[in-house]
Amino acid sequence: MNSDYINIALADDDEDDRLFFTDAFEELKIKSKVSTFEDGIELMEFLENSNNTHPDLLFLDLNMPKKSGLECLVEIKTNDRFKNMVIAIYSTSSSEMDIENTFVQGANIYIKKPNNFETLKKVLSEVVTTNWQYHTNGLNKENFLLRL
Amino acid sequence: MKLLLKFDFTNVCNRLLEEKLKAHHVNYRQTAFGEITLLETVSEEQMKAFQNDINFYGIEILEDPKNIVVQKIKDVIVDMVFNEKDVNVKTSVYLAEQLDQSYSYLSNLFSEVTYTSIENFIIIQKIEYTKLLLTKEELSLTEIAYKLNYSSVAHLSKQFKNTTGITPSAFQRIISKRKENKEN
Repeated sequence: MNSDYINIALADDDEDDRLFFTDAFEELKIKSKVSTFEDGIELMEFLENSNNTHPDLLFLDLNMPKKSGLECLVEIKTNDRFKNMVIAIYSTSSSEMDIENTFVQGANIYIKKPNNFETLKKVLSEVVTTNWQYHTNGLNKENFLLRL
Repeated sequence: MKLLLKFDFTNVCNRLLEEKLKAHHVNYRQTAFGEITLLETVSEEQMKAFQNDINFYGIEILEDPKNIVVQKIKDVIVDMVFNEKDVNVKTSVYLAEQLDQSYSYLSNLFSEVTYTSIENFIIIQKIEYTKLLLTKEELSLTEIAYKLNYSSVAHLSKQFKNTTGITPSAFQRIISKRKENKEN
């Protein structure tokens, strides 16, 4: 008896990207509820308020003003309350060092930002369905690494 | 004095259900009459208590028969992969035998419910088992490929990369660096 949709949060300072993402999620088969945040500080304030429902899946833009995606990742990973949250980093960087470092810091997914809507939809669909398998089959999230 | 009562059954049922769900702190949404969607996972204990409570009023929870079949398929696959069952026949034949249904029926049902195919689910499980053996048992990829009946290491390595986007050795490196970081 699993709940029918997943809670997704997205932190990105670029308004167009946020819109892109929310539109793409609406077209996926797996239903989702998406909350968006404009920067890392806004996101962390939301997460730290225990009245708010935690997202199951969090998308972090690496380059954000005020607080970067990497800083958020490190903070989230040191807090036990968030240990079930799956974290997807997305960035325009494809430097192997950057990518491996985010994984080592605890990210589960690394997405290279696609530059067209169709690819984005495909990528997000893959992320959400893979996440769904972990979510519904009790797979070990510590071993959940995915690069797209 | 006699009172004659008229019942609005739909309303009675909905109200009762609402009251009971609230009493058990279940976060839900009603999706149809006699159908609710749970918005967060409910512990087994909580579910049992809730079930006992509503059974008293003659309400029963019906399991979706489709989900039961899908769960059986998953159980057979997980058992096959993680217990390294030596299955001499093709997996499709094995599943059809174990569940006593045609493979095409099982396959369609599975895709409908899980958003993935049986074939893909098997690959996911094999790769998960590979990850476990790589990190916990520290087996080499060659040993794992042999254990899991892959035709070659290259085949397993390729499937790992296709499924996760990273190579088995990068995976191993990341997991061991995470461990080091935790220890420091």
